[in-house]
Amino acid sequence: MISHDILVVGGGLAGLSAALNSDPALSVAVVSKVHPLRSHSVAAQGGINAPLGNNPDSKDDTWEKHAFDTIKGSDYLADQNSAELMCRLAAPTIYHLDTLGVPFSRFPGGVIAQRPFGGAGFPRTCYAADRTGLVILHTLYEHSIRKNVHFYNEWLVTKLVVDDGKCLGVVVYDLASGEIIPIKARAVIFATGGYGRVYLKTTNAFINHGSGIGIAYQAGVPLKDLEFVQFHPTSLFGKNILITEGARGEGGYLLNNQGKRFMEDYAPTAMELAPRDIVARAIQTEVDAGRGYEKEYVHLDLRHIGAEMIKKRLPGIREICHNFASLDPIDTPIPIQPAQHYSMGGIDVDESCASPVEGFFAAGECACVSVHGANRLGGNSLLDTVVFGKVAGEEASRRTKNLSGSKRTEKLLLDECLKLKNKIAAWQSRDSGIKVHRLLDRLKNIMSDRVGIFRNKKELADALQEIAMTRDDYKEAYISGDCLRYSQELVNIIEFGSMLDLAEVITLGGLNRDETRGSHFRTDFPSRNDKEWLKHTLVTCEQGRPKISYKDVKIDKYEPKERKY
Amino acid sequence: MDYIFRILRFDPQKDGSPYFQDFSYESEGKKSVLDALMDIRNEQDGAISLRYSCREAICGSCAMVINGNFDLACRTNLESLKNSLVVIEPLPNLEIQKDLVVDMDPFWKALHKIEPYLHGENIESSKGHLVDDKDMDRIFQFVNCVMCGSCYAACPVASRDERYLGPAALAKLYRFVRDPRDIRPFANWSRVNTEGGVWGCDTVFACNEACPKDVRPADGIEALRRKLVVEKIKRLFRLGR
Repeated sequence: MISHDILVVGGGLAGLSAALNSDPALSVAVVSKVHPLRSHSVAAQGGINAPLGNNPDSKDDTWEKHAFDTIKGSDYLADQNSAELMCRLAAPTIYHLDTLGVPFSRFPGGVIAQRPFGGAGFPRTCYAADRTGLVILHTLYEHSIRKNVHFYNEWLVTKLVVDDGKCLGVVVYDLASGEIIPIKARAVIFATGGYGRVYLKTTNAFINHGSGIGIAYQAGVPLKDLEFVQFHPTSLFGKNILITEGARGEGGYLLNNQGKRFMEDYAPTAMELAPRDIVARAIQTEVDAGRGYEKEYVHLDLRHIGAEMIKKRLPGIREICHNFASLDPIDTPIPIQPAQHYSMGGIDVDESCASPVEGFFAAGECACVSVHGANRLGGNSLLDTVVFGKVAGEEASRRTKNLSGSKRTEKLLLDECLKLKNKIAAWQSRDSGIKVHRLLDRLKNIMSDRVGIFRNKKELADALQEIAMTRDDYKEAYISGDCLRYSQELVNIIEFGSMLDLAEVITLGGLNRDETRGSHFRTDFPSRNDKEWLKHTLVTCEQGRPKISYKDVKIDKYEPKERKY
Repeated sequence: MDYIFRILRFDPQKDGSPYFQDFSYESEGKKSVLDALMDIRNEQDGAISLRYSCREAICGSCAMVINGNFDLACRTNLESLKNSLVVIEPLPNLEIQKDLVVDMDPFWKALHKIEPYLHGENIESSKGHLVDDKDMDRIFQFVNCVMCGSCYAACPVASRDERYLGPAALAKLYRFVRDPRDIRPFANWSRVNTEGGVWGCDTVFACNEACPKDVRPADGIEALRRKLVVEKIKRLFRLGR
């Protein structure tokens, strides 16, 4: 049986950072359902935050100010010790990435360039034009080659095997061979990313089904704060491809159909650079009030920035507009609308990335430490992935030395393989029923219509019922193809089970939380309620049913105040 | 609008040779070739295999040959195609694993050979490198490569000579050699001073043509050639003195 000391699941930024920072004396491997360079981290655009003070306007920046902005941006739901940890590590992380070869854009004098981003007191977002995710992912992958990291590419993890509170390993579907394979591991680190494709309109890649989070949940690991779903204000109308916050950081305006910079009505000081939850709601409000275009979008106007700056700082945005909207932002405003972008919530871990299950860790978007609380600031997710990927790799290495596998491990893993094989056989044996892509379409519509930017009790309760009905229909799902090699149909039918769980947990958390905080806006409870709700939601799967509990937010320096921008 | 998608199918464990299969497809709204292929997979034949991920031309998964042209399926709009017959083939010169999925191993192996990572000074404790923005701009053309494999598949040399590293790997090497932070010695990168390296290139520029990201890998190969010649001359002079 394949066996490793540390098994990292996911080959994006958090996963590669975990693998590169694991103890080289241990046997470490990365399992990824796609080649690592195809991971969604590659699509990050605008940048990564660190208080370097390189911008003439950011001389007085400090990690404490970065931490304060992060906590205020989180609507005070972030654990303050965790946010401080991340921000303290930000500057050394950037310098380390530079030494690894990340080609950051530069200011005169050769220092790393920094641009303004939303919700930040100073321009502190480091970037490589608007392809920051691409350059960091490629750089970490290059160093994985240098360090001979072992990869199992195009292997989909389908099950996390836990026995008596201890993690034993995983079950995978190997796309190339079509085989179901057990992997024994003393420690498992999930770095499986987000679940954007649970929503109809999302900036996320097609592969972002979020099954990693779902698998952890099914193994009994609690999920934290899943009701906090970030809607990015500016996705390209039509394909919902991300248009970076850097476009506003470079000076872009948001205009309604009357040509007005409407953000002055919502965030008169920060304007377009208010945090994402506020800008996304502002855009949706304008569109709903009939001040958008085609009842769908508003304009992101870059024309006044000038051709030279657009070509230099936003070449990727120009390419996206050309490829996917047949327009040039140099002379035409970009039609944009909000779309699901990021999950603040995720697998419940502490600041050492450890979950309540021994030997099981998580980092990056799939995890909730929590540093982003109820709303993440732009430029903090890349930082989160690199910082906490490293923490997870180091911590798993340290603890693995004390972990021992149980004798029953191999048997339990083989049993789980058999269960999956039987399930697949059942899907194959049906020659009629419901195709899973239809169920997925249905689920996406439920989530976008009822669990979107604006929520209320009735819609959330209805959504829960509809999700339950979809779950019933999932029992009728089937596979039409008879070949299990490179079967995306099989990937989709397996992962859909997790998507149902995630939809349920997101909705249930949102229904219970009768307040408004960060990205979670309840039209029937439009204000924040610190007295009752300054706490994290935890949802645990018990006998197949979600059980909800709460735990207090860690607050030390920063007393919750009203958020004004 | 109605289309016929003529897709190359091949299961090496079952089929003697690849064959084309036609699917009719009615497109609603603005669809990319990738959207259409996924719709056909969902509605007509669940066994069709293809790679995809980001759908925004940045992950490099869905490179294929569309009506004879190399491109990413996700960034190819159906409306931009001239006719209603859409012929879809996997990248050539790489073994088909199933349908549109090819074995990328030769491509990755070539990349590994050039040691594709920054050979930097150990300055961990300092505040990073000081680098002129112009120097970063110069390598950005090559940094933009998404490793889709189109250039490698299109290259006539790579198709006939397995020693040849191919355009993407050589362009990547130039990206590092040109990076002022990289201190790899001449002896390291001059290993491409061979027929399997920069001198293997036929300069027919099929790679530049095939690249969906405007990387122009041949620019990197030519620049490496020039740099090699200059370094050789410099060395000769030093020996002569």
